[in-house]
Amino acid sequence: MAQGSNYNLDQKFDFTASVKKVIFILGGIGALLLVFGIIMAATGGHGHGEETGHGFHWTQRLYANLWINNVYFTGIAIIGVFFFAIQYAAQAGWSTALLRVMLSLGYWLPIAAVLMLVTFFIANHDLFHWTHSYVFDKAGDHYDRIIDGKGSFFYWPMEKGTFPIFYIVRMVLFFGFWVFFFNKLRTLSNEEDLHGGTTYWHTIRKWSAIFLIFFAVSSSISAWDWVMSIDTHWFSTLFGWYVFASWFVAGLSVITLITIFLKEQGYLEMVNQNHIHDLGKFVFAFSIFWTYIWFSQFLLIYYANIPEESVYFIERLSSDVYGSYIFVNLILNFALPFLVLMTRDAKRHNIFLKVVCTLIIVGHWVDFFLMVQPGTLGHNGGVGLMEVGMLLVYGAAFAFVALSNLAKHNLIPKNHPMLEESYHHHI
Amino acid sequence: MERDKNFILGIFDDEDILKNAVREVRAAGIKIHEVFSPYPVHGLEDELGYKKSRLPVAAFLFGLLGTTLALTMQFYMMKFDWPMIIGGKDHAAFPDFIPVTFELTVLVAAFGMVGVFMISSNLKPWGQPKIFDLRSTDDKHVMAIDIANNAAVDLEIIKGALKNSGASEVNSKSFD
Repeated sequence: MAQGSNYNLDQKFDFTASVKKVIFILGGIGALLLVFGIIMAATGGHGHGEETGHGFHWTQRLYANLWINNVYFTGIAIIGVFFFAIQYAAQAGWSTALLRVMLSLGYWLPIAAVLMLVTFFIANHDLFHWTHSYVFDKAGDHYDRIIDGKGSFFYWPMEKGTFPIFYIVRMVLFFGFWVFFFNKLRTLSNEEDLHGGTTYWHTIRKWSAIFLIFFAVSSSISAWDWVMSIDTHWFSTLFGWYVFASWFVAGLSVITLITIFLKEQGYLEMVNQNHIHDLGKFVFAFSIFWTYIWFSQFLLIYYANIPEESVYFIERLSSDVYGSYIFVNLILNFALPFLVLMTRDAKRHNIFLKVVCTLIIVGHWVDFFLMVQPGTLGHNGGVGLMEVGMLLVYGAAFAFVALSNLAKHNLIPKNHPMLEESYHHHI
Repeated sequence: MERDKNFILGIFDDEDILKNAVREVRAAGIKIHEVFSPYPVHGLEDELGYKKSRLPVAAFLFGLLGTTLALTMQFYMMKFDWPMIIGGKDHAAFPDFIPVTFELTVLVAAFGMVGVFMISSNLKPWGQPKIFDLRSTDDKHVMAIDIANNAAVDLEIIKGALKNSGASEVNSKSFD
């Protein structure tokens, strides 16, 4: 049995030039594809405009892509903090050596906040139908009674159709508190390295519990605000959990991938196949949880067949652009993780997890693609160079931010009271 | 000598001593029949060199059986036996079948797995489980060694190995 004293607890992740190079190359390829995609769209993409009556401009597709990745990577970042808080709320000991990996995702949050706000101010009319003031104009031809009824949710206390103050305040508030909680937990966890003792653990647990309550409400409302309000007429009561489930699986996959990456680089010697197995179980279980939520939403709408609800799925399933991606979504996010990660051996071997987690990260991007594009671009959307490029650019930026900040602090919370328990984790 | 009849039992008070004893006894070339402990001892199955359980395979196959049963049943009922139009859907509306299919898959897999486990570990209703030492349900770990399986090793050597590796008692147990 390996004893605790043999491990090097003062290790720091060295963000080497070769790792940076891989990330820059990926980001560079993404930027190149993005530029090509924009050029192609700007020079040739006007063909469909006439049918619907208002022209389609390539910038709309760019904005939709920005929005998909803003929402998606914000989710992955906050899930890092969420999973960290869960470990404390559940008094979990097994994951102690992985806590800093979870926290590293949260460094993206301030950047995500800026990107989200800027994108909203630039692209609000192209993304959200409810931002047009004419839908609230009772005298006008475009008056929309249903959006008028929902208008206060965006504009209160101002007049509908002016400035969406309530919406902006919520966005700022959520990001503000998320960043605040992230900084609080991160600072406490780093201070524990210096002073030790059990007080830090209790303080972090308290802050984790408060954060979890805030996150329970804010994650749901942010899903309505940022994603569901694109299809303004439509509503689904479990949409918040649906978006959360998608974020959670993607976040868990990123945590698993970073852990495996660190292990293969020779860090985290105390993390063995038992810890990897547990991460694999989380990815497996929450893939099924996502499927459960996705299907619960689909089945009730399909079964009841009320036009105002079923329009969401008709828009996607009967579309020549999006129809096939529904099945790509289900295969990548349910069938593959379910079948590949079912056995114990698959969850204990890095190669299976690396493949499945990468596919899940792509798969949940497809999930958000299917949430955002049909409502913003209609039949002008699709997966092209711009989509792949933008995902790579965001992915590379996210990886760079997470890893460069991971390198700044001790990789292991060396004075965590449950570190010893983590060494002896056995399943 | 017949198998599963005559055993030597080592009684252990402590799980660490037990795990160490398992290693030493196996290293001495003695085959262990089974170890009984009042609670799960982490790492014991590795020390005993157990092969991977095949129970998950049974669970998967029973699950597959449940899926097949559920789908066949629903397609037969809804499409052929008593076709009804519900909510304007096809008679065989596949998404409607999924909740029942899921439940039956879980049910058949769970029952099948429990059944297979009961039979393979001799807990079946018509079986008579061997009770080696009642104290293994309380506070003692019991290591059972089948004498017939260790015909090449002298009895005294087995007893000595158990004593030396920390057994608090070494007993014999015979079943008819």
